[in-house]
Amino acid sequence: MAGKKVSVWTSIRFWRLSAAWVTGFATILLIWLTFDTMAQIRMGTDEDLKNGVAKRVPAPTVINYHIDYKMDEKRGLEAPVIGEKEKFFGKEWSKEEAAKLLHLGKLTSQAKNCMNCHTLLGNGAYYAPDLTKAWLDPMWQDGGTMQAMTGKNSKEEAMAEFLMHPDQYPTHARMMPNLKITKEEAIGLVAFLKHMSAIDTNGFPRGFSKTVKEFEAGGTHAH
Amino acid sequence: MLTSIKTHTFQSESKKLAMMYFRVAIVLFGAQLLMGLIAGLQFLFPGFLFNIFDFNVARMVHINALVVWMLYAMIGSVYLMLPDETGQKEAVGIGLGKLAFWVLTAAVAVVVLVYIFIQVGPGKESTIWFINEGREYIEAPRWADIGIVVVVLIFYFNVFATYMKGQKTGIMTVMVANLLAVAGLYLAGMFFTDNISIDQYWWWWVIHLWVEATWEVFVGTLAAYALIKIIDAKREIVEMWLWIEVLMLFGSGILGLGHHYFWIGTPEYWWEIGALFSALEPVPLVAMFVHVLYDWGKEQGHNEAHGKASAIKNGPAMAWVTTNAFGNFLGAGIWGFFHTLPQVNIYTHGSQFTAAHGHLAFFGAYATILIGMMYMGIQQAYGIERLKATFKSKMAIFLITFGVLGMAVALTIAGYEQVLVERAELGAGWQAFFTAQNLPWYVQAQTWREIMGVVTFLGFVFLVLDLLTIGKNEGAND
Repeated sequence: MAGKKVSVWTSIRFWRLSAAWVTGFATILLIWLTFDTMAQIRMGTDEDLKNGVAKRVPAPTVINYHIDYKMDEKRGLEAPVIGEKEKFFGKEWSKEEAAKLLHLGKLTSQAKNCMNCHTLLGNGAYYAPDLTKAWLDPMWQDGGTMQAMTGKNSKEEAMAEFLMHPDQYPTHARMMPNLKITKEEAIGLVAFLKHMSAIDTNGFPRGFSKTVKEFEAGGTHAH
Repeated sequence: MLTSIKTHTFQSESKKLAMMYFRVAIVLFGAQLLMGLIAGLQFLFPGFLFNIFDFNVARMVHINALVVWMLYAMIGSVYLMLPDETGQKEAVGIGLGKLAFWVLTAAVAVVVLVYIFIQVGPGKESTIWFINEGREYIEAPRWADIGIVVVVLIFYFNVFATYMKGQKTGIMTVMVANLLAVAGLYLAGMFFTDNISIDQYWWWWVIHLWVEATWEVFVGTLAAYALIKIIDAKREIVEMWLWIEVLMLFGSGILGLGHHYFWIGTPEYWWEIGALFSALEPVPLVAMFVHVLYDWGKEQGHNEAHGKASAIKNGPAMAWVTTNAFGNFLGAGIWGFFHTLPQVNIYTHGSQFTAAHGHLAFFGAYATILIGMMYMGIQQAYGIERLKATFKSKMAIFLITFGVLGMAVALTIAGYEQVLVERAELGAGWQAFFTAQNLPWYVQAQTWREIMGVVTFLGFVFLVLDLLTIGKNEGAND
């Protein structure tokens, strides 16, 4: 292939150089985008929350606030809305306490292998419901099935109770196994779930707020 | 018979080590299928092994066995081609390579036993270090991560040093550069963070840049080597194709990573980037398919013109390589493209659609060619001039391909059902999920998935029987 009349299209050297350049260029672009994305998805601060500055991933202290998921007409998708302060397990958590709790929750979510039944942010296994907006699920709301079943009168306490003894509160033939989750771990997990529901996921899962609205209106959202 | 034993004895240590890796790979492949059958059964009978061996455990071992058997077969394939491609009789430092094999195998055994018997741990750092990391596909605890890195460094030293000492073919150049990326990317998955968005951002660097970029290039190099070995394809043509494939695979696959960044908290610009580049990902897979069939037709025609019979020197390997060319395009290309655009993916993300694509893509893109490499290993180990497919070889490839295709179709139907009912109609959530899961059509699809899983397993039994006997039997006939 060293002859002078060889076309560029059949030149190994040409394709090798093209492969190297394209790969290099794509890699550099990815690294550049990674820097930009990292800056945007770094956790916000407690001050951001106080000042109403929306962050894609809010500070752990977001657990002290009411969280909603509403249609943003301008973006054409649903986005988290952080509202008034509300108590979480009957108290307001300091910056340090909230960070510690979120750490415990995230660690427990990995230690208990949640991701191999559930999806988190849509990633994982498809045996159990997606947990991205689990905190907002009508099942846990006042008047929802789970508070009645667990005999607790707040969303977070019902969730924690369920996580500790899931096999005692079956809703369907397919049940969550008992993973020997302690009380502390359960509180951590609920904090982790509440924090996750405040992440701006560009509208995934779509239609979740519709479900909540129908539930609140006493509608038949699902049987 | 005697000659085959002689060839076997005089084979290089590198090729012998390749066979050792293949043997473990096939055992893990079996484990993967068994775990899949258990997990599939739990979809139909949720009480099956409840609170004893739950879905999360079966599923974890199912996907981990998959990843590890493929890595084993990949390492085996490299040791197999290393002496041929570099022109060296022996790989440099092969003694150390053998030691690494035993260390890795012992570590894998311990990890699997812990997965099966200890399963989960308390919410402490020690669980992440010693039981499992709870991150899909790369659940291996941190101690094993570090062990894997050490073993891979030894393996890479074998490959790199042999490459530097010997001839530097295009195939080996791509292999050496690509392996460095495969190994380096693993490091992106070895840290803990409280921020789940950052967690999943880097997690995808490992998963996506493995299976949709570097592993695909790896398959390209294997196909190139296999075509030269099996049908005497011309090296210049094969290597030129390989560079074109690298160009297209990395050109689309690296930024195609963006299609995993639609919904994990990352900015909206990933919609456009992910959609554009991942939509291009099937292009190189079409090219690979065309390339394999073109070379096959060319060499066959060439042989027939000279009055010779078949161009194929290894029937079963060629069958699997061709299945790879088509399966890669179908499973990774078509099934991936189905749901890669954000407009579709907002509904299909994390549904049985994903599972359908996962099954067909891992099989089509990777399992096929790696099984083909095992047949090449056997042919070389027994010094067989022409390895013909046996009844068992044919049953194996037919049943496994039919079974996996059947599973993928069943899961696609289940996915369709789930997406329309759970996501579009009911708007996601707990009740919506279970309503869709309990629909008769969904259950029916899951039943067919399990049946097709059994078909796949039957094919696997034929495959094992064939791999165990074909060398000895065909070697004796030769």
